[in-house]
Amino acid sequence: MSENQIVTPPKDIDLDYQDYVINMGPQHPSTHGVMRFLLTLKGETVDNVQPHCGYIHRGIEKMTERLTYPQIVHLTDRLDYLSAHINNEAVCLCVENALQIEVPERVKYIRTIIDELNRIASHQLWWAAFGMDMGALTTFFYGLRDREYILDIFEETTGGRLIQSYNTPGGLMNDLHKDFQTKVKKFIKDFRKVLPEYDRLLTGNVIFTERSKGIGYISKEDAISYGVTGPSGRGSGFACDVRKIAPYSAYDKVQFKEALYTEGDTFARYKVRMDEMWESMNIIEQLIDNIPQGDYAAKMKAVIKLPVGEYYQRVEAARGEFGVHIISDGNKNPYRLKLRSPNFSNLSAINAMAKGHKIADLVAISGSLDLVIPDLDR
Amino acid sequence: MPFDIYDFSSFTGWIDASLRAAMSPFWTIFTEFVLLGVAFLAFYAVVGLLLVYAERRVCAFMQCRVGPNRVGPWGLFQTVADLIKLLFKELIHIKKADKILFNLAPFIVIIASFFALAAIPFAKGLHAVDLNIGLFYVMAVSSVGVVGILLAGWSSNSKYSLIGAMRSGAQIISYELSVGLSLLVIVVLAGTLQLSEIVELQRDGWFLFKGHLPAVIAFIIFLIASTAEINRGPFDLAEAESELTAGFHTEYSGIKFAFFFLAEYMNMFIVASIAATVFLGGWMPLHIGSWDGFNHIMDYIPPFVWYAGKTAVIIYIIMLFKWTFPRLRIDQLLTLEWKYLLPINLFNILLMAFLVLMGWHF
Repeated sequence: MSENQIVTPPKDIDLDYQDYVINMGPQHPSTHGVMRFLLTLKGETVDNVQPHCGYIHRGIEKMTERLTYPQIVHLTDRLDYLSAHINNEAVCLCVENALQIEVPERVKYIRTIIDELNRIASHQLWWAAFGMDMGALTTFFYGLRDREYILDIFEETTGGRLIQSYNTPGGLMNDLHKDFQTKVKKFIKDFRKVLPEYDRLLTGNVIFTERSKGIGYISKEDAISYGVTGPSGRGSGFACDVRKIAPYSAYDKVQFKEALYTEGDTFARYKVRMDEMWESMNIIEQLIDNIPQGDYAAKMKAVIKLPVGEYYQRVEAARGEFGVHIISDGNKNPYRLKLRSPNFSNLSAINAMAKGHKIADLVAISGSLDLVIPDLDR
Repeated sequence: MPFDIYDFSSFTGWIDASLRAAMSPFWTIFTEFVLLGVAFLAFYAVVGLLLVYAERRVCAFMQCRVGPNRVGPWGLFQTVADLIKLLFKELIHIKKADKILFNLAPFIVIIASFFALAAIPFAKGLHAVDLNIGLFYVMAVSSVGVVGILLAGWSSNSKYSLIGAMRSGAQIISYELSVGLSLLVIVVLAGTLQLSEIVELQRDGWFLFKGHLPAVIAFIIFLIASTAEINRGPFDLAEAESELTAGFHTEYSGIKFAFFFLAEYMNMFIVASIAATVFLGGWMPLHIGSWDGFNHIMDYIPPFVWYAGKTAVIIYIIMLFKWTFPRLRIDQLLTLEWKYLLPINLFNILLMAFLVLMGWHF
């Protein structure tokens, strides 16, 4: 049933008419965090979605004004904890560019490999949770099982499983673990076999395709004007991959396809992420055998002071374009640091996407946007 | 005491006779009612707990996990521990809830499943009542449960519960049709509604095999529709965890929640029992035409083992549904019923009637 078939009781006649308003959240299984949607319903149909965020606002941007640059790196972990390494890298790249330091080639390669591993791990967790949003509980365990291998690799090399803080301005905290290359190669070999299993379990399922195709449509123009980036934007045909349009680290040395779909619905966003996992594996395979020898960090001063000015660096996090804007007054801590979090812009499109769909579709749509609430609230 | 594992009628007859010898007819009936009530309560609790355990094991098996394995051997007592926990939990009183209806709802749900249990033949001569309209009776009482679910949703004073209850009302009433019509296909073939006779008619072959294509179609439709009717995944819209947190029983706690929980599993058991009885021959052993040696060996397996085995297979299939498929949306659910299952079903009955009239069945 489409929205225009629903008869609205005339408000001027029925004085008792009230909108059916429910709170979805702040504690709700499918908001994936402390997030509240204020839904106005007409029966099962969603008439309006009003997202309320800020429940876990920690004032990270303000906190950075009191911290030195190497310290700030550790805070960015806590934004989008599923792409922690990528967020770290954004701050480091920004500081390095400001100081005009050339980091060793080895660092660039390692950063890129771990970026892509992080992206795969993030998409695995997304796939797991997305299946669960749709009611297929088994996907959750499959996704987490395979993600565990990546976390083990992270733990060995960086010391952290979820949040690594492996980057530091000028390079890395430590050198690679000696088993890193063999383990990554083994993981990719295994995961190439497991990924088709994901497709067999969920992608081809008729209930899943029925529930995701044509749901939560957003056009390319709307996606651009809402600032929907990352896989969510690429599902609408918005070619916004920062790795392609402004390559950083070692992305200019690798060949990869930008996953693009033009349907703009939930299924397209799903397919983009599935394709990205394949592409990430391709990128890692191109780099893993060619990591150059050398230092794992450039020589840096003990106290890092950026020259007066404004610096911006953007990277492609697992959820979209993550940007760091530093305004420096020449001190050891920034005058102002602004973070552009992909989730905040992606969320802004949810009302346009979900209007007129059912409650169950809203869950699917917010799942396909892959929201991480700490990144949203900062 | 005559006790025959292959035929319980002599045993139940002996109990009846010895009671009648000891007391007046009124007290005999009364004592029999009490005995049956106690037996069914015990059976209900044990089967409910076993099913919860089985569900956990099956879902662990599907999800590359071990499942419960700490409390007791193979974690068998995990469900018992959970039940004790639920018994001691505080019953939370909801502000502005309709107290009477709120407290009544879990009992309606659980009593409905008790009623249905009464008509099921567990083995030869082992059933509480053998109504001549057994199948009709089961269909009728099992739909009383939806009243409890609607009441629970309505009286909870919670918007999520209300949506869950509305969904389940629409769902159960729709799918009742398909369940009834698919059973009607077999009734046309069997010519009786009495469950014991339906089982007896399957002595030389199960209806699933005897009824050609219509019986197979009816069996598949029954599986789908009954999964929907007992509110289990992929049709668990009434409680849709990721959308409505827990649907109609969001506001229930402690033992009242346990009632809903148990009733859900017992409904699954009842549905599987009916599928086994009507399509797979109930407690009747597997007999193949004129293979006398094979048939004779099959006869050695006691009837209630046959019954339990068939029921377990159906329950396993229903569990696999839940742990494999994503959930449907409410409009898709109703589309599936009214646009696909119902027309197929109506046509299927015609086909079966035609087959029976022409005498083309086995």
